Amino acid sequence: MRAPTSILPLVLEDVSFVAGERAIVDRVSLVLDAGPRTIILGPNGAGKSVLMRLCHGLLAPTSGRIEWASPERPGERRRQAMVFQRPVMLRRSAIANIEYALGIAGILAIERTRQARAALEGVGLAHLAERPARVLSGGEQQRLALARAWALRPEVLFLDEPTASLDPSATAEVERIIEVIRAAGTKIVMCTHNLGQARRLGDEILFLHQGRLAERAPVDRFFDQPASPEAQAFLKGELPWT
Amino acid sequence: MGTILHAIGEAAGLVLTLDPKLVEIVVLSITVSLSAVALATVLALPLGAVIAVGKFPGRQTIIVVLNALMGLPPVVVGLVVYLLLSRAGPLGPMGLLFTPAAMVIAQTILILPIIAALARQAIEDAWREYQEQLRSLGAGGWTAALTLVWDIRFSLLTAVLAGVGRAAAEVGAVMIVGGNIDGVTRVMTTTIALETSKGDLPLALGLGIVLVVLILLLNAAAYSFKEVAQRRYG
Amino acid sequence: MDLKRRIVLAAALAAAALPLAAQEKYITVASTTSTEQSGLFGYLLPIFEKETGIKVRVVALGTGQALDMARRGDADVVFVHDPAAEKKFMDEGFGVDYKQVMYNDFVVIGPKSDPAKVAGGKDVLAALKKIEASKAPFVSRADKSGTHAAELRYWKSAGVDIDAQKGPWYKETGSGMGPALNTASSLNAYILADRGTWLAFKNRGDLTILVEGDKQLFNQYGIMLVNPAKHPHVKKDLGMTFVNWVASPAGQQAIAGYKVGGEQLFFPNYKR
Repeated sequence: MRAPTSILPLVLEDVSFVAGERAIVDRVSLVLDAGPRTIILGPNGAGKSVLMRLCHGLLAPTSGRIEWASPERPGERRRQAMVFQRPVMLRRSAIANIEYALGIAGILAIERTRQARAALEGVGLAHLAERPARVLSGGEQQRLALARAWALRPEVLFLDEPTASLDPSATAEVERIIEVIRAAGTKIVMCTHNLGQARRLGDEILFLHQGRLAERAPVDRFFDQPASPEAQAFLKGELPWT
Repeated sequence: MGTILHAIGEAAGLVLTLDPKLVEIVVLSITVSLSAVALATVLALPLGAVIAVGKFPGRQTIIVVLNALMGLPPVVVGLVVYLLLSRAGPLGPMGLLFTPAAMVIAQTILILPIIAALARQAIEDAWREYQEQLRSLGAGGWTAALTLVWDIRFSLLTAVLAGVGRAAAEVGAVMIVGGNIDGVTRVMTTTIALETSKGDLPLALGLGIVLVVLILLLNAAAYSFKEVAQRRYG
Repeated sequence: MDLKRRIVLAAALAAAALPLAAQEKYITVASTTSTEQSGLFGYLLPIFEKETGIKVRVVALGTGQALDMARRGDADVVFVHDPAAEKKFMDEGFGVDYKQVMYNDFVVIGPKSDPAKVAGGKDVLAALKKIEASKAPFVSRADKSGTHAAELRYWKSAGVDIDAQKGPWYKETGSGMGPALNTASSLNAYILADRGTWLAFKNRGDLTILVEGDKQLFNQYGIMLVNPAKHPHVKKDLGMTFVNWVASPAGQQAIAGYKVGGEQLFFPNYKR
């Protein structure tokens, strides 16, 4: 069996996403390497969610180039996954939702239950395996979404404000799980507007302002000595909503 | 008022004595309408899914036309199918005219747009909710569509029930393509029409009461089925 | 249930419906609503079926519609009551083996209050003249049926140009005998009806028979096989069995045997 080549690094070259008159993402160029936990930061409307969806392939750029090191072919197993702010579960049991995702990834039926159960145990939801996914609490569903993504063994995990709708204890649980996933070797790319969370979880910060990549820096330097005026204003809380 | 009371009495009498003619007519009505619903559902669900999820030129026009076809007059459908199945028509040699099969064909054509249009709406709404997640997982095209349809199956049941209601209630199409032949193509609605034209209004109304009660029971059964399933799957 | 299973189930249901037609010996007879609603077929056909094992499927329409249906080849036998239209049908070559087999009669029905004063009369033409003169409400079937054709003949013979002289009093419903009677009953109007349908009709309201017995009111029925030369799929042998049976002593006797409330409705009159 051929050893799978990594899909990283991901290269964005002059990528824009224009809707109507506005450029929601404006000529962004960057390279995402394996390793550091990347946090995308910025005020509301800065284009964080759209940028992540462009990377993940849910949106096509209006102009520019997005290229993974190993191209994705349709029908092939995906090696990146995404967790959304609000989890979307099928009307089935918790474990069945994970088995569904494994099925699409081409895992054989006999293997699916075992892997799904392992993923549930990893997020502490094994006792809710047979419960209908949609009756779980918000925090539990988000943990289930993480378990589902994790079961797929992605190389890159995108997270779109994963704790924005959760209470502090659920948030702490989710952050713990993200750390476990990272430790197992997955590249984490997350956007948030919670500065404390960014500081806690990030290794590097990508700061977006009005669709442009205003600054990119290691986390400590960003928070202690922001280089760009937009970042400085943001951290001081002075940036107007765009 | 007297006629109505008389009709209730007639209805009760027919049902309690399990009048064999009534049983024959009811069984045929149910067979024809449910066959049409089954056939129409098999065709309409994929059609609704494709229109709901697809992007192609003229999509909006197709949606408008599909919604408009929900109002197809049964008698017009009956006439068109009659002309197709008549010996003088293109499908004449199949010998389907004046058989239950012709009635199933006509009713299928009649209710297909209803189920497809309602399914399209339900699927499109659900697609908006599920789309990103399904595509993120790598489910594309048919996989996503089938997953979606299966997940909202209980909402789609409502669309199917709308089709059942229309099929069971119509008389125009089955009268023309079936010929209302005694013992062969006589269903509840055509019998009601016949008894009305013979002036036996209490009997016609009595049959009407039986028909409405049957449809009510069917809907009640479907509703409780939905409730139970809702509780199980959330 | 997944898609494949659903398709198989639907196909099975559809296939189950089809053979309903294939197995038994049967013919399709295009006839009139008045013949069916009088109950004659309900009485006659079981006798025929018992003797021959052939099932008769009657599609009941107006005479005009029945003949049109036969022209299209959708029937094996035609059994209607409009000699002029039947002759045209035969002349066009659509029918063979024509036989006149029975007659019944028309009656003039009207409200007991009888505004046109026609009750008890024995002359249909005089009655119609009075109805037109008094502009009393009159319901016409207006549906190319045998009954409608007869009604038009009577207006003409009575010297009334109905097309020119009709007004709001003349109501054309375009429907079968039963629905037309329903309309006449609710409007308390006059109407020409065949005795058979009237005797079986239950929604009479205030209506009753006002004029009967006029020889002109006799209504002749004819039966014929749809021409196999024009429509090769016609069930020639089974159809001729029925045609011949209706004309045979057994069939003629059966026709005479049908009674409603002790009254004979149809009178066999087949002459070789």
